[in-house]
Amino acid sequence: MSATTMNPANAAAAERNSFQSSVKDAALAALLAGVLGFFFLGLRTDIAPGGLALSTRWSLWLTAIAIVFGGRLALNLFVFKTDRPVTGLLSVFTSRAGAATAGWGWWIGRLLFAIALFLPFIIMQMFPSQQRQLIDLAILIMTYIMLGWGLNIVVGLAGLLDLGYVAFYAVGAYSFALLSTHFDMIGFWTALPLAGLLAAFWGLILGFPVLRLRGDYLAIVTLAFGEIIRVVLLNWYDFTGGPNGISGIPKPTLFGMEFVRGDDGVAAFLGLEFSTIHRFVYLYYIIFLLAIITNIVTLRLRRLPVGRAWEALREDEIACRSLGINTTNTKLTAFAIGAMFGGFAGSFFATRQGFISPESFTFLESAIILAIVVLGGLGSQVGVVIAAVVMIGGIEMLRNIGFLQAVFGTGFDPTQYRMLIFGLAMVGIMIWKPRGLVSSREPTVVLKEKKKIGADMVSQGEGH
Amino acid sequence: MEYFLQQLINGLTLGSIYGLIAIGYTMVYGIIGMINFAHGDIFMISSFIALATFLVLTTVLGFAFLPVVLLIVAIIAMIFTASWGWTVERIAYRPLRGSFRLAPLITAIGMSIVLQNFVQITQGARVKPLPPQIQGGVTLMEGSTEAGRIVVQLSYMQMIIIITTIVLMTLFTLLITRTSLGRAQRACEQDRKMAALLGVNVDRTISLTFVMGASLASVAGLMFLLLYGVIDFYIGFLAGIKAFTAAVLGGIGSLPGAMLGGLLIGLIEVFWSGYFTVEYKDVAAFSILAIVLIFLPSGLLGKPEVEKV
Repeated sequence: MSATTMNPANAAAAERNSFQSSVKDAALAALLAGVLGFFFLGLRTDIAPGGLALSTRWSLWLTAIAIVFGGRLALNLFVFKTDRPVTGLLSVFTSRAGAATAGWGWWIGRLLFAIALFLPFIIMQMFPSQQRQLIDLAILIMTYIMLGWGLNIVVGLAGLLDLGYVAFYAVGAYSFALLSTHFDMIGFWTALPLAGLLAAFWGLILGFPVLRLRGDYLAIVTLAFGEIIRVVLLNWYDFTGGPNGISGIPKPTLFGMEFVRGDDGVAAFLGLEFSTIHRFVYLYYIIFLLAIITNIVTLRLRRLPVGRAWEALREDEIACRSLGINTTNTKLTAFAIGAMFGGFAGSFFATRQGFISPESFTFLESAIILAIVVLGGLGSQVGVVIAAVVMIGGIEMLRNIGFLQAVFGTGFDPTQYRMLIFGLAMVGIMIWKPRGLVSSREPTVVLKEKKKIGADMVSQGEGH
Repeated sequence: MEYFLQQLINGLTLGSIYGLIAIGYTMVYGIIGMINFAHGDIFMISSFIALATFLVLTTVLGFAFLPVVLLIVAIIAMIFTASWGWTVERIAYRPLRGSFRLAPLITAIGMSIVLQNFVQITQGARVKPLPPQIQGGVTLMEGSTEAGRIVVQLSYMQMIIIITTIVLMTLFTLLITRTSLGRAQRACEQDRKMAALLGVNVDRTISLTFVMGASLASVAGLMFLLLYGVIDFYIGFLAGIKAFTAAVLGGIGSLPGAMLGGLLIGLIEVFWSGYFTVEYKDVAAFSILAIVLIFLPSGLLGKPEVEKV
């Protein structure tokens, strides 16, 4: 029944009814929040002299319940149970924007490239007081973009779910760190290709036995390998320094010149006044270059037979095999190339930090990279950029304490909520857009008549 | 020999805990085909609930008779953990049912991060030690080695863990094989769409699967708390991975397989630490997983997956 044919009394009754059910639903949600929060918000166990002590925080608990009630009620009234949801406007806008910008992918890519190319100078011009932090943040985001692009080859193009990507990142970082601390003549630029090769080699070693596995089995074995590498790094004291890690990793040089004060430094050579910021700008351009190489290689590979084979493999492995594609080799190349870029990023990470330890290569890191790839939209290069900026940049913004303390009062430390918000954002974005922010997972080559992949087939596990 | 026997007992105890967690993974995987990454953190949540309940009962309400206290703690932990399990499914997985395969995996990882950090923020990052509550045991054997006298002891705690696990497994197997809920659950596992056509409430069945998995994990959480006496917000990660490894090792989707896998992982871990090095015990467990999967891709008791074109 449409709204126009409904008589006013009925409409009013329906409205009352929907209001009642909204309140009821919100009350249930609040009850659930009370149950869930009871032991965590209401009570708190702390170490006290003579054992554990229990303290109560009823006000926090009640506040949380009230927030859930209010939030759920507002959602019910304005979004879920109304004919004109507030977000309707938003979704109309985003779908229109999406339709309008459908052909703009090429331009968006160019625009982002141009911004990224001049980013350090834009930052130095616009925010001179915070330039160091902002360039550092840009480097961090760029590192994740590169890692995302590397993993995108494995997950997005070849469709192999890799939960242990951080292992290759670690291999790259440790290769460079060990090479440069043991051999004096090896600097960043000589170690970089070696680190990439070693990581690719490890990708082959790890890939070879596990590639017979499919889907989730592959995921769990790669996760296990990631953990194995971390545990070995942690316990092999003589070689890796164990939990103490490796410090004193050399900084990158520009044609053999270091970024130091003095006559033989880069600043003196270029006739600039020495400033510590130069090194950060240089680091930014290194990772920018590496990321762009990753992107270009990926885009070119997609047009080569091996790239087509990856996409075919992702779409249908059995069809692939019956067409005579060697699936093992195809998977191995994807694994090795993805691992190689992970290795490059790893050695960059080592030279940027100057210090590495197994702490930096936990499963969480893999999860973040995978989240960037999936949230961006599998197989989409621009999507990775957007997801990395949103997730990493957005979270780092929380360090902007002054603004948040004005809202929540002093003594509020937003940094401890970083990962909580990150996790919530992962869940939220995925539910909002399960196909990722930029959902262009279509094969690069299709026949003129596209095969429709219906929702029912997807739900049966096909066409994923 | 005595040393071996002692390690065997320890391994079986640890394996029981892994097995109980692994059931939750294997059931969820069987029914909706996803890795419920947050399950390890549900286990962690349950151990915190058990600790808080225990403290409320003993220090605030002044209960002293330990068996009753533990029984109440177990029941409360089960109820509250089950509601956590239900909520996680409702918030993070149900909206994505029918979506593509990676989407629920990402929300599961997200949920795992959320749970860990929620507990870290609300309960603090420091470990929470609980003094051993159940002490003593039965001496099974005495022997002497060059290192000195060695006593094979089955502590009461270990006894409780092993017996509880056996009882729970029996009840659970009966639940799955004999009740209408179990039948609905198995039906959904075989063919969700057909089950829905035949009048099985699929959403409810899946929710109940999560509730059951969380309840079993909560018992594991309580036992972990009593056995080791130290918990923090991070215990769920490793225990979760090990339990998932156990589920895969036994053949994912198979309930006896999960228990068998759990016991095997527990034994491997304990024997490796006992005879080789403690540091590499996780490496051992994961390597065994990789080797088994390479030669037996569907696990020990799993049914081989049939590829349909």
